Amino acid sequence: MKDPVDVLIIGAGASGAAVAWSLAETKMHILCLEQGGWMNPAEYPSTGRDWEAKFYGEWSSSPNVRGRPEDYPINDDNSPIKVVNYNAVGGSTVMYTAHWPRLHPSDFKVKTLDGVADDWPIDYDALTPFFEENDRMMGTSGLSGDPLSPLTHPPMPQQPMGLSGAIIGKAMNTLGWHWWPSDTTVATMDYEGRARCINLGHCTPACAQGAKSSTDITYWPHAVRAGVELRTHCRVREITTDENGMATGVVYYDKDGVEQFQPAHVVIIACNGVGTPRLLLNSKSDRFPDGLANSSGLVGKNLMFHPYAQIYGYVKEPTDSNRAPPTCLWSKEWYDTDLSRGFVRGYGVQFVRGAGPVFEAVVSEQKGILPWGEDHHRVFRKLNGHRLGFSAICEDLPEEHNQVTLDPVLTDSHGIPAPKINYTISENSQKMMDHALARGREVLEMAGATDICVNSPIPWGGWHLLGTARMGTDPKRSVVNEWGRTHDVKNLFIVDGSIFVTSGGVNPTSTIQALALYIADQMKQRLANLFD
Amino acid sequence: MSESVQLTRAQRDDLRTVAGMIVPASEEYKVPSADDGAIQADILATLGRDTRLVTAALDHLARLAGQPLAELDAARRDAVAQEFRKSGGAAAATLVRVVLQCYYRDDRVLRSLGLELRAPFPKGYVLPDGDWSLLDPVKARGGTLRRAT
Repeated sequence: MKDPVDVLIIGAGASGAAVAWSLAETKMHILCLEQGGWMNPAEYPSTGRDWEAKFYGEWSSSPNVRGRPEDYPINDDNSPIKVVNYNAVGGSTVMYTAHWPRLHPSDFKVKTLDGVADDWPIDYDALTPFFEENDRMMGTSGLSGDPLSPLTHPPMPQQPMGLSGAIIGKAMNTLGWHWWPSDTTVATMDYEGRARCINLGHCTPACAQGAKSSTDITYWPHAVRAGVELRTHCRVREITTDENGMATGVVYYDKDGVEQFQPAHVVIIACNGVGTPRLLLNSKSDRFPDGLANSSGLVGKNLMFHPYAQIYGYVKEPTDSNRAPPTCLWSKEWYDTDLSRGFVRGYGVQFVRGAGPVFEAVVSEQKGILPWGEDHHRVFRKLNGHRLGFSAICEDLPEEHNQVTLDPVLTDSHGIPAPKINYTISENSQKMMDHALARGREVLEMAGATDICVNSPIPWGGWHLLGTARMGTDPKRSVVNEWGRTHDVKNLFIVDGSIFVTSGGVNPTSTIQALALYIADQMKQRLANLFD
Repeated sequence: MSESVQLTRAQRDDLRTVAGMIVPASEEYKVPSADDGAIQADILATLGRDTRLVTAALDHLARLAGQPLAELDAARRDAVAQEFRKSGGAAAATLVRVVLQCYYRDDRVLRSLGLELRAPFPKGYVLPDGDWSLLDPVKARGGTLRRAT
């Protein structure tokens, strides 16, 4: 039998890395189990001529397409939005756009302000110091002073505007609408051992330069140096409990596929809004017949994705194509509730600079704007290198029927039941998406774009996995308390996006990590009576 | 052994024919057709995980054509191609995608498009910083963040 550890963290992605680093100063024995391995930047797509083709296979954002041994399958047939993620040290920060907005203060009080969903049990101010700390650790770039966003202090200047940004900025100015350079986790200067961005372009599927922040190159080196043990290629099957209802450790499969038991005094789950409910639901026992920490019946429910409404078109001037990070500007013009629009809450916008030639050809052929035959070449030259995009990140409100359950048949390579997604887009979200598409069309037309195309929702756009183990003060209406401890199991914590009460209308990783640091801080303050 | 050997001679012939229909050669742009030998070799060598769907697409194409695609007259071939794209689903989309992804990495094609023949890393690209005075109207307009209470 292995020696017990003080703290066992499951998952080495965005939140697992942050909580590991923060707790390391306690000098406790901290172990993290990660189902993936360390990444090798020499193998990242941008190092090869076939970089775009890899997105359709081994570097697909969909675990079902990638099918790497580190991935687990997800049955998302009953969802118009497919789950995308990455499983490795760094998790989905290896494969993300590095767009770095925070939730707004108003996002924590949606019930009070707009009479929908629930308020969070904490407010923005509680997270402020952890947002700042996380921005320093992840290394952000941006321009402080956006009048419609929370105040940030990025340690590096914003990304260049580029050709695409200038076209968008002019169009937005003509329309009198808000825009601002995005905060990103792309290093615009050398920073903490990371080299500055050299515009490899398609930085979503990992950055060979190391300019894009991912926790394998930010938090983890610090955490490991501080004594945290990180065990890779270890997939946790279930969390075990004793007769007192306390977590005792986990059963996992090691890199050789051998079943192991790792005892622990505290267990922290950091597996994202799909992986976390899957693990809890797979951790059934006589004492917890409906899954662990599920006395509320809410584990897996209230899944929120952020439906993306995307519209794009083609301008006469050249755009940045694939020769820049994909996102550069955001808009918060439609972020807050305005009931005259016909829906409650709102959406953020991220503008997209362009696409590479293979992606352009494949997608345009599928959309029917790039013909077969003689006219193919003329049309392709009109499209390629001229694309501009407008993507609205629509706030998804919690609905219990949107949920993660266990698939009765599908399993991963270790025989562990896979997650199954049931999800529909609400009427409110649909109205929001339609509104966004109409505004996006105005922007694109003002920029002179033609051949306008729509993806609404973006089908493979389930990046943001939120709400399936929500935070709250009422054990009947939430899974974890206001500092991340499960109501039912007093030595079990959750620190990932599943604890979100509502989703806001922005990319959530910054807020996920700030929450993880906040929970770690709460744990450190309560070490003497953590289980009371 | 490469999975591409699973394609029969007849399937390879149909693949070459349909690829040529998707992207024909152009003297104006000085580019080959997607039925070019080097591009076809690239497709077959890199089919990999797409082999199953491409094979299914070619089976569908063969059923629609009833004979080798190249042997149909032009009008019938076009009609078959249109039906193939319309009814072929994910398999047809995959076939088209593998043709395009190999075509648009061919040196001759990239040269015609004015693109450099290299991987993005390590050289990267230069991005103009732009004129940030464009933000002045946004700053002047200002705004306030919605209060949480």
